[in-house]
Amino acid sequence: MTIADEGSGKPARTRRQIYEDGLRKRSLMIAGTSTVAVVLAIVLLVPLAPGWAAVKKSFFNWDVFSATFPKLLDAFLIDVMIFAWCAPAIAVLGLLIALARDVRNPALYPLRIFSAAFTDVFRGVPVVLTVYLIGFGIPGLGLPRPWNSPYIWGSLALILTYSAYVAEIFRSGIESIHPSQRAAAESLGLSRRDTMWYVILPQAVRRVVPANMNMLIALQKDVALLSFIGPVEIFRQAGVFKSLYANFTPYVGAAVIFLAITIPATRYADYLMAKQRRDRS
Amino acid sequence: MKLSLRDVQKTFGSNHVCKGISLDVQEGELVCLIGASGSGKSTFLRCINLLEPIDDGAVYLDGQDIAVPGLDPEPVRRRIGMVFQSYNLFPHMTAVENAMLAPRRVRGVSRDAIRPEVSALFERFGLGDRMEHYPDQLSGGQQQRVAIIRALAMRPEVMLFDEITSALDPQLVGEVLDVLLALKADGMTMVLATHEMGFAREAADKVCFLADGRIVEEGPPDVLFTAPKQPETQAFLERALK
Ligand SMILES: Nc1ncnc2c1ncn2[C@@H]1O[C@H](COP(=O)(O)OP(=O)(O)OP(=O)(O)O)[C@@H](O)[C@H]1O
Ligand SMILES: [Mg+2]
Repeated sequence: MTIADEGSGKPARTRRQIYEDGLRKRSLMIAGTSTVAVVLAIVLLVPLAPGWAAVKKSFFNWDVFSATFPKLLDAFLIDVMIFAWCAPAIAVLGLLIALARDVRNPALYPLRIFSAAFTDVFRGVPVVLTVYLIGFGIPGLGLPRPWNSPYIWGSLALILTYSAYVAEIFRSGIESIHPSQRAAAESLGLSRRDTMWYVILPQAVRRVVPANMNMLIALQKDVALLSFIGPVEIFRQAGVFKSLYANFTPYVGAAVIFLAITIPATRYADYLMAKQRRDRS
Repeated sequence: MKLSLRDVQKTFGSNHVCKGISLDVQEGELVCLIGASGSGKSTFLRCINLLEPIDDGAVYLDGQDIAVPGLDPEPVRRRIGMVFQSYNLFPHMTAVENAMLAPRRVRGVSRDAIRPEVSALFERFGLGDRMEHYPDQLSGGQQQRVAIIRALAMRPEVMLFDEITSALDPQLVGEVLDVLLALKADGMTMVLATHEMGFAREAADKVCFLADGRIVEEGPPDVLFTAPKQPETQAFLERALK
């Protein structure tokens, strides 16, 4: 509680508030000074490096940047498109695989083995390898158009890999729900399936939203791996420009575009994570 | 006999928790289970509605053995309601949705059809204005009453209560015990594990003292509380009533 106004018109502050404001001012000043010092050091020292002129010319060339940036943005739309159809597919497949691990019916036992093997295999292989193997391998079977499109098989590779990770995230969410919730649902006569669907899953899914946000951010970046098997998305487009201008600046442009998406998304995921920790404590 | 248990055995690994418990509960009777912590009260209750499969023995509901291995437990659980010490409300649903879930999914009644009946229960137990609240917006006593309503919405024939007031602040215990008295007046058949000796003494038709996985002594409360025969019971009551 604040102490009442003393007629001066200024709201009075408690001793504690005055003390904490002082602390805050002090740490702000220290943080500001040290940040400025570090930035200054970088700005002043890096140009002193012997190769700086060459690096500046080939990585931070403004003319190349402004000439290529709009085209890079266009190419980025392809990344966005691939992301847009992969993300929902991953959510659905990841959830199905997570649930398949819990089936009790002996007739469905193969499904359990399959889902366990699936997560082991696709988490164990580097994404780029999966993209290569599926992206070149399956069209190599001699499929007719449009079924030989690298868009289809490259996307499938991403979907399979990310589903494996997302399935594990869902499973950890499911296991984090206290057994007493299941007991309460079953004591009401709910079936195992209804218990999962109406009681466990809604809580589990909410709990793993931040973790899945981080997977989405990683996916957005890994879409660029499809460039290895054909689609001229942003990374590949940047490569084309690099050859054309004999300059690396287009890669920096591509990085800027990725950061414009991923930094806000990462911040948001962190915010959700922190909020959840607060809510649960 | 509404509910009969015969020689119920339950082990967890090498831990023999129920060492042959037999109990008869008549229609409309309130039976209280008392006993030290770890004596097996919760486990015994969970065996009655098959939340824990029993190793041996039999559970008769209306004369029918419901604990036959391999029998589907779901139809039986619909007929036996259970309320837990820690409420266990579903935190992502409002109070009224908590109460309507099982009737909708298990009995196949629509929201609109079940709502008047559920509302009436909320009104009756003083929660008419709390129906749209989420569990974390309710006090412990209110949450526990919602949990009771949720079980009652399935129109159970028997209710099991596992120390439902142990997690409550003392001033909230009364409002929950009042619900039990109201149900008793309705003629509900109830089994209650409790540390509330005063309540057991006043309201129970029969009190069973459990120790080490067995019913050591049972009888009407005025006999068991005033003239216990077994030395174990005497020792426990001496400590509990102090
Ligand atoms: N799921 C379980 N797995 C293994 N052991 C268990 C399990 N549930 C209970 N037990 C054991 O069974 C014994 C009896 O526990 P129970 O919870 O039934 O006692 P209680 O009489 O309800 O005690 P309290 O008054 O503390 O609630 C304890 O030794 C406990 O460790
Ligand atoms: Mg207990």
